[in-house]
Amino acid sequence: MKVEIHGIPFDPYAVTRDYENTLPKGKHGGVVTFVGTMRDFNDGHDVSSMFLDHYPGMTEAHILGVMEEAARLSNIMNAYVVHRVGDIKPSEPIVLVAVWAAHRADAFDACRYIINYLKERAPFWKREATPQGKRWVEHNTADPAAAAIGRAKRSA
Amino acid sequence: MSVKIRYFASMRDRMGKAEDTVVLEGSAMTVANLWKKISGQPLPSNTLIAVNMEYKDGNAEVKNGDEVAFFPPVTGG
Repeated sequence: MKVEIHGIPFDPYAVTRDYENTLPKGKHGGVVTFVGTMRDFNDGHDVSSMFLDHYPGMTEAHILGVMEEAARLSNIMNAYVVHRVGDIKPSEPIVLVAVWAAHRADAFDACRYIINYLKERAPFWKREATPQGKRWVEHNTADPAAAAIGRAKRSA
Repeated sequence: MSVKIRYFASMRDRMGKAEDTVVLEGSAMTVANLWKKISGQPLPSNTLIAVNMEYKDGNAEVKNGDEVAFFPPVTGG
């Protein structure tokens, strides 16, 4: 499993293919990817650009921790996460989560678990540029159904 | 004891700096007491705390050489 933090734009599909090329051939039955991209609106405001701050070292460690939890909960073969930091423009990818597994259910479950808990725990902070000025985003949108699934699995 | 303090996002703006190293009397104190010494104010309620890059609460103990970070709720992904 691997985590990368990129300070410049990346192509999530190219890096997924490159990473998959390092994996054993013929072992996985599927890959599920989530690609998060920047919107040009948020909370009713136009957003022209965004700055993403992070805590080097802690950020990578917490993402890897979430990936290891997902690997304990689901039968996956590998996972790969790339996250942008720095100045980001609308439509640019912010995050890639890719999960390889023998069967689709494990790959879907683990991918959703990783993106949800990454958003909840990994130390990143978004500052948006809007017509009213720059503002720090105070909270992420929740995926309560998925979080509940994760909690139930973790306490099982 | 000497402690490295780091601030991120809106907490960095509020404190006017990204990091600091403070020298304090004694060999240990809680994060809440550390915050009072460096800011003179109660810790804002939504502030998250990390000691040596692990999430902790205000009751956690800080020792010589530790790195303590204060930051707002995280918004990655």
